[in-house]
Amino acid sequence: MTIDETPPNRPPSSAHEIERYGGLFAKRTRGMTSSAMRDMMAVTARPEVISLATGLPDTTTFPAEDFAWLMSRVAVESSAAALQYGPTDGLDDVRRCIVEVMAAEGTIVDIDDVMVTTGGQQVIDLVCRAFLDPGDVVVAEAPTYPGAVPCFNSFQAQVAQVAMDDDGMRIDVLLETLERLRAEGRTPKFIYTIPNFQNPGGVTMSLERRKALVRIAAEQELVILEDNPYGLLRYEGDPLPTLYSLDGGRYVIYLGTFSKILSAGLRLGWAAAPKPILERLNLGKQAADLCTSPLNQYFVMSYFEHRDWRTYLKQLRGIYRRRRDVMIAALEEFLPAEATWTNPQGGLFIWAKLPDYIDTTDLLARALREHVAFVPGRAAYLDGRGGSEMRLNFSGVNEEEIREGIRRIGKVVAEQVALYGTLTGHKPAPKRAAGDVVEFRRKEAS
Amino acid sequence: MKVAVLKGGSSLERTVSLRSGARVEDALARLGHEVCAIDVGADLVDRLTAEKPDVAFVALHGRGGEDGTVQELLEILGVPYTASRPGACIRCMDKVVAKHALRDAGIPTPEFYAFSQAAFAELGAQKALPQIEERLEFPIVVKPAAGGSALGIKFARTPADVPGALIAAFSYDSKVILERHVPGRDLAVSVLDGEALPVVEAIPLADAYDFEARYEIGRTRFVCPADLSPELTARAQDLALQTYRVLGCEGFARVDLLTDGDDLTVIEANAIPGLTDTSLLPLAAEAAGISFDEFVSRVLDLARARTAAV
Repeated sequence: MTIDETPPNRPPSSAHEIERYGGLFAKRTRGMTSSAMRDMMAVTARPEVISLATGLPDTTTFPAEDFAWLMSRVAVESSAAALQYGPTDGLDDVRRCIVEVMAAEGTIVDIDDVMVTTGGQQVIDLVCRAFLDPGDVVVAEAPTYPGAVPCFNSFQAQVAQVAMDDDGMRIDVLLETLERLRAEGRTPKFIYTIPNFQNPGGVTMSLERRKALVRIAAEQELVILEDNPYGLLRYEGDPLPTLYSLDGGRYVIYLGTFSKILSAGLRLGWAAAPKPILERLNLGKQAADLCTSPLNQYFVMSYFEHRDWRTYLKQLRGIYRRRRDVMIAALEEFLPAEATWTNPQGGLFIWAKLPDYIDTTDLLARALREHVAFVPGRAAYLDGRGGSEMRLNFSGVNEEEIREGIRRIGKVVAEQVALYGTLTGHKPAPKRAAGDVVEFRRKEAS
Repeated sequence: MKVAVLKGGSSLERTVSLRSGARVEDALARLGHEVCAIDVGADLVDRLTAEKPDVAFVALHGRGGEDGTVQELLEILGVPYTASRPGACIRCMDKVVAKHALRDAGIPTPEFYAFSQAAFAELGAQKALPQIEERLEFPIVVKPAAGGSALGIKFARTPADVPGALIAAFSYDSKVILERHVPGRDLAVSVLDGEALPVVEAIPLADAYDFEARYEIGRTRFVCPADLSPELTARAQDLALQTYRVLGCEGFARVDLLTDGDDLTVIEANAIPGLTDTSLLPLAAEAAGISFDEFVSRVLDLARARTAAV
């Protein structure tokens, strides 16, 4: 209703007030709505809440005195340059650090293959910018990284999610999906995957599947966006080659970050990609933010020069591995037999599945009254699935809090299991015997 | 005048409350008051004792702030505060209490049955479910007794949906309501100082209407004044006023109704409705020619007048 249409005998419509800018906003922002779930997540930040909902690395492990000393070095040695704009691709010395970090995972790159970005998240944004027209399709895992969802939405992409099992993305389902998309005349542009200790699933893609995925991308001329924030946070088992290294730098865009091995607050990530793609990403970055904070880049340079980043990483691995073990033990102790969860070999997350009749978005409301939080599964799907699933983070809080947090979640889950039993006469399964193997969504078709 | 704005807290509507509070703070500053913003937590009593505000503007929504808890504390501390007193807050917040009060007063509200978790755990209430389902007919709306937002509200379309819907609703409160589903248009009538403001209609944009879309910017369009006949408008406003009085509200409140043809029915009342840029009460006030600053100013005057009268 516009003001002009308002009959003179009625008070002026104020509908325009609430939609004052409505006609000006771009169509692509329509997918960007606030949700009750997101509002609810605001409560998880309260200090009294044990939050297993974040994806935060534990920055208290970085010595404050080291931070102060390194920053003062930057100020003394590089003041003017650190306070200045920098090149869009990033400072060469930082790119050398990146080459070193990637080599630690067995991926050999040259500094010209790499560009520095403002967090790994910016790589997702830049890739979407470079590849997506409205209506194009992104193929992602089911469940996928909840933080990528708003990015895909803002570029009006459609997302086809491919089921995973313990070995990561299922290649048979991927092939079916690609075939179906093409038959429908829809254009898949890239496949978004987190092969190592997937967020939120916690599973790792097997070597066989990595090879198959890279082959399919080359055959079908699709790009893979390999998001690898956690690869170096492996607590057991042998490291697997990156998709980027298997592909030889033809169809894979690699996303890396300093967030999980040094500091998330630096907002420093990177992309490694074939040159023509890197050039496009560079143009996008010029438009987005010109360059990534040189001050923060100088900090990284100083850190790599004066400290051993591998030693700190080793320390982090030890801390997170213990926290993961505490969480797994607590899940076994406190969750009912109907619940299953993944057993990640690294990373920061465990994905748990509760009985179908429990909705984890509603369960979160109950859990918050017990001062504990997790991410409801629906956040990781674009089609409303995942209603009985949840993501649990074990890196952000200490061992004692992890155990207590899982105990509280177990309490509210037990309450709902008992209520369901009362309502339906359903008898809960007997307590799981120790040593049972818990499989990840193995039974799901697609 | 020194005004404490109570906002945030740990209810599920924390985000909306922070936005309501921020908007009130801006208005108070424009009105020349000294503003003291308090994110409500364990230090609330200490903060109020130290700050000694002349009046508290309660911009809290949901549990803790809208259910009479904070109001009770403000009574004890002798700090004048805005909107309803504890009794009315409790009646509005608990939909079971509110609906019984409405029904007893002859105000139409959808047929319902309410249960506590204990009724199922200790009294075998599940045995009565088939009769309820027969009485209410599917789809049945299942919702927690407390809470002003759409959280935890489910449609049960078949008997098989009922256990899951009950479990979801019990996630939010120890009491739930099973209610007859009334199709129709969503109306909201805000009341300011015993006067009904123009009617707002919430029209969902999406085809698949779900409760989450209600009052969610981007997914719902709001029209004020609603496109209703003058007679229906007057009746909606009258029902809202009756509801306001029966529940004992003061200062301001918002009453949500449904209309199906000429029928009107009251769904619930909110003792502290949202006051954000996209909320319905400010929108209705504006349609009545009352600016947000004027609204805030009047609400403060009412709070102080109430204290003077006691």
